[in-house]
Amino acid sequence: MDFLQTLKIALRALRTNKMRSFLTMLGIIIGIAAVIAMMAVGSGASYVISQQIASIGSNIILVIPGSTTSGGLRTGSGGAQTLTSDDVKAIMNECPSVGLAAGTVRTSGQVVYGNLNWSTVIMGGTPELFEIREWPVTAGRNITQQDVDSAVKVCLLGQTVADNLFGSADPVGNIVRIKKIPFTVIGVLERKGQSPQGTDQDDTLFVPLRTAQRNLSRSHHTNNVGAVIVKAKSEELLGKAEEEINSLLNQRHRITGGKEPDFSTRNLSEILAVAEKSAKAMSLLLGAVASISLIVGGIGIMNIMLVSVTERTREIGIRMAIGAKKNDILMQFMTEAVLLTMLGGLIGIALGTGGATIVSSLLGWPTMISIQSISIAFVFSAAVGIFFGFYPARKAAGLNPIDALRYE
Amino acid sequence: MSDVISLTDIRRVFTMGDQQFEALKGVSYNVAAGEFVAIMGASGSGKSTCMNILGCLDRPTSGQYLLDGLDVGTMGPNQLADIRNKKLGFVFQGFNLLARTPAVENVELPLVYAGIHAKERRHKALMAMEQVGLSGKEKNHSSQLSGGQQQRVAIARALVNNPAVILADEPTGNLDSATSEEIMSLFMALNKQGITIIMVTHEHDVAAYAGRQITFKDGKIILDSKNGLTV
Ligand SMILES: Nc1ncnc2c1ncn2[C@@H]1O[C@H](COP(=O)(O)OP(=O)(O)OP(=O)(O)O)[C@@H](O)[C@H]1O
Ligand SMILES: [Mg+2]
Repeated sequence: MDFLQTLKIALRALRTNKMRSFLTMLGIIIGIAAVIAMMAVGSGASYVISQQIASIGSNIILVIPGSTTSGGLRTGSGGAQTLTSDDVKAIMNECPSVGLAAGTVRTSGQVVYGNLNWSTVIMGGTPELFEIREWPVTAGRNITQQDVDSAVKVCLLGQTVADNLFGSADPVGNIVRIKKIPFTVIGVLERKGQSPQGTDQDDTLFVPLRTAQRNLSRSHHTNNVGAVIVKAKSEELLGKAEEEINSLLNQRHRITGGKEPDFSTRNLSEILAVAEKSAKAMSLLLGAVASISLIVGGIGIMNIMLVSVTERTREIGIRMAIGAKKNDILMQFMTEAVLLTMLGGLIGIALGTGGATIVSSLLGWPTMISIQSISIAFVFSAAVGIFFGFYPARKAAGLNPIDALRYE
Repeated sequence: MSDVISLTDIRRVFTMGDQQFEALKGVSYNVAAGEFVAIMGASGSGKSTCMNILGCLDRPTSGQYLLDGLDVGTMGPNQLADIRNKKLGFVFQGFNLLARTPAVENVELPLVYAGIHAKERRHKALMAMEQVGLSGKEKNHSSQLSGGQQQRVAIARALVNNPAVILADEPTGNLDSATSEEIMSLFMALNKQGITIIMVTHEHDVAAYAGRQITFKDGKIILDSKNGLTV
């Protein structure tokens, strides 16, 4: 018996009970749609996190003043001013695993251009900072070492700041006032998006480090930096670099014995890798929960197929009397079950894809649908049909022709 | 003349729990090619049981059954399905057509399981339908056909694979006498073309169409007469 004929018989059987076929399929439709949507949301989340990791720059260690190991509440991390530009230089020169190090200071304030003003984060930085963060300018030029050394009053604008003060006009060359001091805009940075903490990284204005230390910092220690961003030479050297920085700074800050260090290091990539892992685990978990509904749908298929076999016992008897082999009957009912689940799977894929798209546009959640998850869903739906269709089909094939013919 | 069917001491014992019932108690007879045999007998005498064995739907508890010279007793289920498909044609009392299926597709069914291509299938099915006088009713579903027409479809289905024997268990049982006569003349015509027919019936006037009558009683043959003469 050829497959086309088997398919035709199966389709006719499904068409005969349209409503029942649809309701049976509904379990699979919901299951597959849920799996697709959940995987889309989950992989969207982990994609965003991995993007954020990339936006921070790779192999980054953050050194901040104050201790977070114990009694961290005392001043809050970063509260004390214990790191200096000399520390930055030492880290750069004396730690072999360190590629680049950049000291930064951070404050906030109002930036005024014409009659517009904008409150934003003001960062003092060095050219290395932009190299570490892999953050180029889209217009104008970057801050140079010379700008830093001579504490020139120039600034780079993040996209958000540029948009709010200049709209679509070119900010480069214009004068803005930061805390009433005039600064020349020398460039605009590329858009970077959200940070892993959810803040807008483009809502920042950068000035040369020394300019910030002298003119904008509240501290009178003009050599202090608020934090040091360090880039290790490679991913493998991240841990080693962190150790080197710790021992160097312990030495420089004369921290011995039980004395608590006045700085701490954080491996950002590591933190984010953990976040990414948990996002992936979350999407797997969601997928697993969704696939339970698929199993429930499969049981529904099995149930209806069993009813169908009983209802059509006489038909099976006729087919057997006329020359159908056990295998023909088995294939007929298997085809019916698989057709049911595959059709359900296709509708479910369409629904899940549509649902994920609606969710992402309505709630602003990032979603990602991969060919991989679609093909997994499709294969899964077929597998559900084979698995749950087998028992009823075998029951049909195992019928005795006379009993089946006599069945009322 | 060669024998299409040869039964030797066929017994069939049904077991229900610890009870045993012997429905056939040693039945032997031969049917030659081209014969038209009517099987008669009281209800419960074992006619259908014997027909099921002839039709390879059931196996005898003991005894030998040769169909076209082949020993059916040694065959597996798939071989038996093939025999049913190619050598036998069934006509049932209740027509047993597939519901919601056009007549022509019902007729095609044996050819589907014989693995014959769609085009040839349709051609043969249409020929068989013409043979039973049902041209023009190809597209009708069984609910759109009279009882007599449904039985004709069933006969066309039995014919379509050119079987050695047509087995009919009370083919006129559900039909009025006028329609019964029509079906019987159809059988006569088919028999004239050389098709062997074995038919169970309760009615003497229906049995009279056949050239040979075998009468069952309590699982045994009590009378076997050909053209009015006891064999
Ligand atoms: N599957 C079965 N299990 C047990 N007993 C059976 C079975 N099939 C038939 N019998 C018994 O075998 C005997 C013969 O039955 P069979 O159907 O052959 O009768 P029949 O001659 O065809 O009768 P009718 O003219 O009413 O159709 C009956 O007594 C019946 O009860
Ligand atoms: Mg009977």
